Amino acid sequence: MHADPAVEVTALVKRYGDKTAVDGLSLAIARGTVTAVLGPNGAGKTTTIETCEGYRRPDAGTVRVLGLDPVAQAARLKPRIGVMLQSGGVYAGARALEMLHHTARLYADPLPVGPLAERLGLDSCGRTPYRRLSGGQQQRLALAMAVVGRPELVFLDEPTAGLDPQARRATWDLVTELRAAGATVVLTTHQMDEAEQLADDVAIVDRGRVVAQGSPDELRGSEALLRFDGPPGLDLAGLRKVLPDRAAVTEPSPGSYRVEAELDAALLAAVTGWCAGAGVMPDRLAVQRRSLEDVFLDLTGRELR
Amino acid sequence: MTATDLTPRPGAAPVGRMLLAQTALETRMLLRNGEQLLLTVVIPTVLLVLFSAVDVVAVDGPGKRVDFLAPGLLALAVMSTAFTGQAIATGFERRYGVLKRLGATPLPRWALLSAKTGCVLVTELLQVLLLSAIALALGWSPHGDPLSVLLLLVLGTAAFSGLGLLMAGTLRAEATLAGANLVFVLLLLAGGVVVPLSKFPDAVRPVLELLPISALSDGLRSVLQLGGGVPWADLGVLAAWSVLGLAAAARFFRWE
Repeated sequence: MHADPAVEVTALVKRYGDKTAVDGLSLAIARGTVTAVLGPNGAGKTTTIETCEGYRRPDAGTVRVLGLDPVAQAARLKPRIGVMLQSGGVYAGARALEMLHHTARLYADPLPVGPLAERLGLDSCGRTPYRRLSGGQQQRLALAMAVVGRPELVFLDEPTAGLDPQARRATWDLVTELRAAGATVVLTTHQMDEAEQLADDVAIVDRGRVVAQGSPDELRGSEALLRFDGPPGLDLAGLRKVLPDRAAVTEPSPGSYRVEAELDAALLAAVTGWCAGAGVMPDRLAVQRRSLEDVFLDLTGRELR
Repeated sequence: MTATDLTPRPGAAPVGRMLLAQTALETRMLLRNGEQLLLTVVIPTVLLVLFSAVDVVAVDGPGKRVDFLAPGLLALAVMSTAFTGQAIATGFERRYGVLKRLGATPLPRWALLSAKTGCVLVTELLQVLLLSAIALALGWSPHGDPLSVLLLLVLGTAAFSGLGLLMAGTLRAEATLAGANLVFVLLLLAGGVVVPLSKFPDAVRPVLELLPISALSDGLRSVLQLGGGVPWADLGVLAAWSVLGLAAAARFFRWE
């Protein structure tokens, strides 16, 4: 195992005209991990990834990928990385397997094309021209092209966007196996369950910066939400007195109560005990840990943009 | 499902293998494309046969009609492949992210461009063989030094490639498609391919003579039809277009 990170982005700035796409973003990605980069549309995810891939030159800051400068040392870096773009990348008239074979020929020691195509379900459409493949088949071909050269670092930009559940599962399996085999995987996604299932590390990007990074568990934290229904207008001040100081108690709509706190059995007992004392039956009592989606929406806001 | 050993074993293929694979792929893509074949094979062939057999255009110079037409259509073949075909194909490759995606592989950019040149040369070789065979069957009697012909074809290819790549690398794919076809038709009519430049008014002829297609067709004709020596003036015009076109393409080409 290498101690130095697979990817190290420091204070990256990238502008397009007067629009700042990436605004001082810093991110370190450890080798041998799966990292999910999350963020609303336009947050700067793709720009950051494409800077790591050597497509864009930073306006400020530094990017090191496998210890190399992706622009100045591109010739040394390219053979070691695998890239899946968000879309396209294949000749319209090329057949699926033909393109995969061709990509394999550009590497010294590629994966056997047949088994790779088979496990991604590309064997049945192998002779179909790219322009006639379904969206899901095009995605799977792009994924196969990203890994066929046996890269040690793989960048996948929204690898499961538009995939059916089977193909999504096949993609997840491949990512998990890549990590088990010692490769590093960096992926962007809008699907929180994907990040929770796959990623060792999650970086949430918003307005061109990393606003949070950590394992899914770390990001979700130990905070949890306890909800119950009861008669409207309960004495919340009384309830607060029996709970730890940091607990937040609210009645967002009449008769519907929320307790947000570091949740443990004692806290649950305190709430139900108080209810019993007040002669209230807590109806539809439910304990819910914060999901990654809650964390994401809290950090990046709920409004559309 | 077969278990795949995904252990990283990164490395680039030897550059010769990459170059060969890329050239083969580009050539297959071109030969599989119906519109490209129409442009590079069908149109020059039809024009050669039609205008040799039917007296619809007044030809120039000694010999049979085909002796005037064959060099012009060889020039058209070079333009159709190196300029029109290459511009359209490359424009759409850029549009569909093919150039971008290849940029993330170990294939160096110079090797990608060399593969494109290789594909153009292979296609031109097939065109020259086909058109020459048809022309000979129609009674063509070519003269002159084959080396001069080769030099003209190579410089013509360089000139048209530069212009084609300049167009593909700067315009939208749809604009390249329309523009490259329009230029093809205009140069076909006004570049001495089937209509002798002597038929044009004196005022425009000196301008038309500076077009790369005119230099190529005139140069080929001066050797193949008239048996003349090395056509330095035409080679000079083609060399100038090559330098201008390739330099501008290198300067302004955008990969995405």
